[in-house]
Amino acid sequence: MNIKVLGPGCPKCEQTAKNVQEAVVAADVDADVEKVTDTMEIAGYGVFGTPAVVVDGEVKSVGKIPRPAEIQQWIQSAM
Amino acid sequence: METAISTMNSAVEQESEVQPSLVDWKSIAKPLSAVAGLFLLIFFLPMDSTRFTGAVIESLALAKWYAREHVLLCLVPAFFIAGAISVFISQAAVMKYLGAGAMKILSYGVASVSGSILAVCSCTVLPLFAGIWQRGAGLGPAMAFLYSGPAVNVLAVILTARILGPEIGAARAIGAVIFSIVIGMIMSWIYRKEEQAKAAGAIYMPETEVERPLWQNVLYFATMILILVSATWSGSAESGFWHMVHGVKWYLCGLFSLVLGAMLVFWMNVKAYKVAVSGVVILVLALALPGKPLIAFSAGIMALSVLLISTRGETESWFLATWDFSKQILPLLLAGVLVAGLLLGRPGSEGLIPSEWVARLVGGNSLWANFFASLVGAFMYFATLTEVPILQGLIGAGMGKGPALALLLAGPALSLPNMLVIRNVIGTRKTIVFVGLVVVMSTASGLIFGFLFDGAS
Repeated sequence: MNIKVLGPGCPKCEQTAKNVQEAVVAADVDADVEKVTDTMEIAGYGVFGTPAVVVDGEVKSVGKIPRPAEIQQWIQSAM
Repeated sequence: METAISTMNSAVEQESEVQPSLVDWKSIAKPLSAVAGLFLLIFFLPMDSTRFTGAVIESLALAKWYAREHVLLCLVPAFFIAGAISVFISQAAVMKYLGAGAMKILSYGVASVSGSILAVCSCTVLPLFAGIWQRGAGLGPAMAFLYSGPAVNVLAVILTARILGPEIGAARAIGAVIFSIVIGMIMSWIYRKEEQAKAAGAIYMPETEVERPLWQNVLYFATMILILVSATWSGSAESGFWHMVHGVKWYLCGLFSLVLGAMLVFWMNVKAYKVAVSGVVILVLALALPGKPLIAFSAGIMALSVLLISTRGETESWFLATWDFSKQILPLLLAGVLVAGLLLGRPGSEGLIPSEWVARLVGGNSLWANFFASLVGAFMYFATLTEVPILQGLIGAGMGKGPALALLLAGPALSLPNMLVIRNVIGTRKTIVFVGLVVVMSTASGLIFGFLFDGAS
């Protein structure tokens, strides 16, 4: 499974990345968590707002910090 | 003896080949050079120079003046307003007008004011800009958004008006909105042939979190702005309406706070008894210490924070957003005030840089002064809001009002690092055109503003 956190590196993006890590540990899955900071690459996903979370190529949240429990649900439904 | 030393040396060398050194030079080099640099700086501190010691005192005096006059009454309420905007106004509602299917005229209008509504941090502006350009409304609105985002920030406009005067504050806000539209339109006209087919693909808007009727939002923000305005009402006028308002400003401030309290109870589920208790405490403080309104005002801020934290839901997000803004901006602003005070002194006195230099470069309202101010503003990096104390120092040292506005219009939206990132997104040629447009238009607005407000010099 591949999870991407889109965001140029502001505190909100860091917090989102942390929550994703937490959710991955809690869900006990084998997932690559990747931070995408390149502006053009972020725009390529069509997200109008950062931070955004992409699970296996599917945009799950835009412009907010998702809670770990929420992320865990996305992970479990993507398995 | 010599041979003994050389054998010792070779022994040490041999040993170092065998065992890696305990000293990890890479991790030490940086902090060590910082320590050495600071040592040299203090070692050669020119304490005999009256200009230097005077500048240090100026810098502290300026910081004290900010702390007394601006932090509690102006900045803290402004942080709460900015926090509320970022939480209560739905980003999705704004971004909808910048999407691919949006009407062109509307998208320009929305892009030009969205900076004040979205209150996004500067690092979020660029991905949004790239998104609007590639999948949304196109180059023009994207440029408008890119320019206006940092320039019409609520906090910046409030602080500018408060410290540099209402006319510069208003000129900054209006100028930035007009600029962003004109620059966007010119850019999209120059590159009209390049406006190729939009990159296909889905658009993901931020979700709407809390929906509140528009009229409630409007009333709510109006109340908070009225609290800020009445608390910071200056008593400069000797008589007439303005003076009369100054006489009753704390009553007005209390009245609006009461309204805000009622809104908290009815619209945000804050418990009524909590609001009543805080109201009584603040009132008692205000009546017991009539000469010290700051104490009651601070109590009001603390009470508001406690009410927000102790109620579950959107109020918590409001408090967190307010805290984020404060945490981000206050340290930068303090550093900016100290540096501005050190270099330029308070208005009417000198810091390290002699006033004649400033007056020679950007004094009066000549074409050259305006152009120079725009150019410096465009390339220099200003951390959020620090442009205000710096300009205050420059104006005190003899900068004209026209060049001051030129610097304000070119400054926050552009900086060398930010140009490099923009260049990555839209390419070198478009970046040069964009920077050129900003500099030329800032120069022109500076000239006009200087002519209108600075006497015909």
